[in-house]
Amino acid sequence: MPAPQCASCRKARAALRRPRSGQALCGTCFCAAFEAEVLHTVVAGRLLPPGAVVAVGASGGKDSTVLAHVLRELAPRLAISLHLVAVDEGIGGYRDAALAAVRRQAARWELPLTVVAYAELFGGWTMDAVARSTAGSGRSRSCCTFCGVLRRRALEEGARRVGATHVVTGHNADDMAETVLMNFLRGDAGRLARGGGLGSPGEGGALPRCRPLQLASQKEVVLYAHFRRLDYFSEECVYAPEAFRGHARELLKLLEAARPSAVLDLVHSAERLALAPAARPPPPGACSRCGALASRALCQACALLDGLNRGRPRLAIGKGRRGLDEEGPPGRRGPQPSGPPASEPIPGF
Amino acid sequence: MLWQVLEGLSRDSAKRLRFVPGVVYADEGAACGQSPEDRAKTVAEAKLVLQSVGFPWHIVALEEVFSLPPSVLRCSAREPVGTEGAYKAAVDSFLQQQHALGEEQQSLPCPPRPPIRAGPPTAGQTEALSTLFSSVETLTAKEELLRTLRTHLILHVARTHGYSKVMMGDSCTRLAIKLMTSLALGRGAFLAWDTGFSDERHGDVVVVRPMREHTLKEVAFYNRLFAVPSVFTPAVDTKAPEKASIHRLMEAFILRLQAQFPSTVSTVYRTSEKLVKAPRDGCAAGTPGPRCLLCMCVLDVDTADSATAFGAQTSSQLPQTQPPVAQAEAPTVSCCCTGMGGARHCCRTEEDPRARVIEQLCYGCRVNMKDLPSLDPLPPYILAEAQLRSQRAEAEQIQEYLLEDREDEDARPGES
Repeated sequence: MPAPQCASCRKARAALRRPRSGQALCGTCFCAAFEAEVLHTVVAGRLLPPGAVVAVGASGGKDSTVLAHVLRELAPRLAISLHLVAVDEGIGGYRDAALAAVRRQAARWELPLTVVAYAELFGGWTMDAVARSTAGSGRSRSCCTFCGVLRRRALEEGARRVGATHVVTGHNADDMAETVLMNFLRGDAGRLARGGGLGSPGEGGALPRCRPLQLASQKEVVLYAHFRRLDYFSEECVYAPEAFRGHARELLKLLEAARPSAVLDLVHSAERLALAPAARPPPPGACSRCGALASRALCQACALLDGLNRGRPRLAIGKGRRGLDEEGPPGRRGPQPSGPPASEPIPGF
Repeated sequence: MLWQVLEGLSRDSAKRLRFVPGVVYADEGAACGQSPEDRAKTVAEAKLVLQSVGFPWHIVALEEVFSLPPSVLRCSAREPVGTEGAYKAAVDSFLQQQHALGEEQQSLPCPPRPPIRAGPPTAGQTEALSTLFSSVETLTAKEELLRTLRTHLILHVARTHGYSKVMMGDSCTRLAIKLMTSLALGRGAFLAWDTGFSDERHGDVVVVRPMREHTLKEVAFYNRLFAVPSVFTPAVDTKAPEKASIHRLMEAFILRLQAQFPSTVSTVYRTSEKLVKAPRDGCAAGTPGPRCLLCMCVLDVDTADSATAFGAQTSSQLPQTQPPVAQAEAPTVSCCCTGMGGARHCCRTEEDPRARVIEQLCYGCRVNMKDLPSLDPLPPYILAEAQLRSQRAEAEQIQEYLLEDREDEDARPGES
């Protein structure tokens, strides 16, 4: 049976059905609709004012590729300029291929590209080294916790280097939904209280961050990349199977099968969570070591690195944060692949 | 829970509970498609247990929702607590222990009092109820509808008999599952009411959940050790495949995760304790705003630039006609509803009764109603109340244009 006509232009044959609404559209109309929606998100939320210098977190994956492409299309209308910032976490066999994809994109779209590497920023710690260091802790490795925090810091640093005023990332609606589920399952009230909005305004010197693709479902992002024939890197990080987020992702897939609007409903719920004042994170101050935004004396990145350097990688993870106030070995921030064996008793987490 | 209450009221307990309870049992057989013989058998078993307990008991069938008055949906003011005597009784509910995914039953036994009919429901009502439930397309919406109707029914019984509190037997495990399910259904704004200890959205009747700190396992052990009798009936989702509804999915997921991470349920429960019953920061504090028709929570569909207001626009474009709740693809904006819910009154020119009802519902209830192709099988009290509220809203709208009649007769008549 031939495909129905496109519901929007009524001229071409429909090439796809939009996942959420079931509308049949041809490729061009779909891409136009997608771009219009992203434009609306940005304009209605006043996310990127005219004249902004925007650093796009580019990982080579589908979300950041689509984000960069759409923003590039919309840049003249929004009067913004774009820079690509890629982060090299030092995950062998994965990140190199992804970075190659980013370089190709930068060349094709003629956008300036900056690459920041963990090894350079964080005293020689690459994700592989972190993974080795946290490997012996018995429970799951939690290297994703490290990667997330450090990547945020690296992105910020890269953005500063190019003189950006805003940072954008390619999180889509599915990511937001997964995050809410994950935070509830782990009881992370602080993150629940903070999340749910359209991004964070800059506080205390941090650059404002936003997620223009926040309302787009993952399926639509993939469809857009397909119709625009975008070249992206589609493999999973080697450490991904161990992440807790995998459970949330699996749950989300099941929920979506039972009820297609589940993703949107979750995002709606997340926006309206009301947490007790005691559960909310304290107003942010500055980290005592690097000066970045922090809720406690040390920002999360410094705290994590501290733990790594002292050979106690789980120091800053989980509740308690005991031992954080102790002063580390003075001045010494060189790489220590696996710290000294427990001559001091390892605190139980 | 009933057993615990019994113990608490007995003479030899150290801290004696000071209320006079009644027990309520809701017979939901019609909704679950049980045959009349099975239903009669279950009700008889339940009656035995209830009689042995010794409290005044009420059994009501779910069909009685068709004879509820619309006042059930109104939030009445809290009566001041009388200074004399025991305060009015609490209504208990059973908890099934037969299997781990126990069915929850509320007992509403009918005393020989005039207000509620003691006889079995008429065939016509049973028919109407099965029509209603079979017209619902998804199991998720069915379960939600059942929950809503059951709540209204219990509320009505409690009000009629003068009970001021209703005790539900939700355990910790069940509440954790309920929390995650509500999250997935879009009820994030109301989590504190749905899963907290006390739920006062109905005004004069307060729903409390005293068992919320006991896990299902503890309850099962208790029942086994103390030989608590229980009655098993199939529920709407018995024997349904795991992926059939959001409730089932979430239940299976949480129990599975609990096996791997034993602290899951208690973590979710602890997070639920941190929720407060307040609108999120930034929303207008002060005026509470209209309440949802079905769940009686303050409406959470606001007109602000929320992330999902726009998403709801584009996703509610279905091929078949859809009530104009949120309209228009981004480029073409039709009539007045630019999705921001603005002057929704002018859409009323379509005189679509479905739209009238839908706009009085909160986000979660709206999503459920999408699975109900027609609103006609709904019990009359819901439709009547919807009608009343929309008329009242219209009257309020023209109120600002009416000039007040002054005492003297030559005042100008009102204009609309």
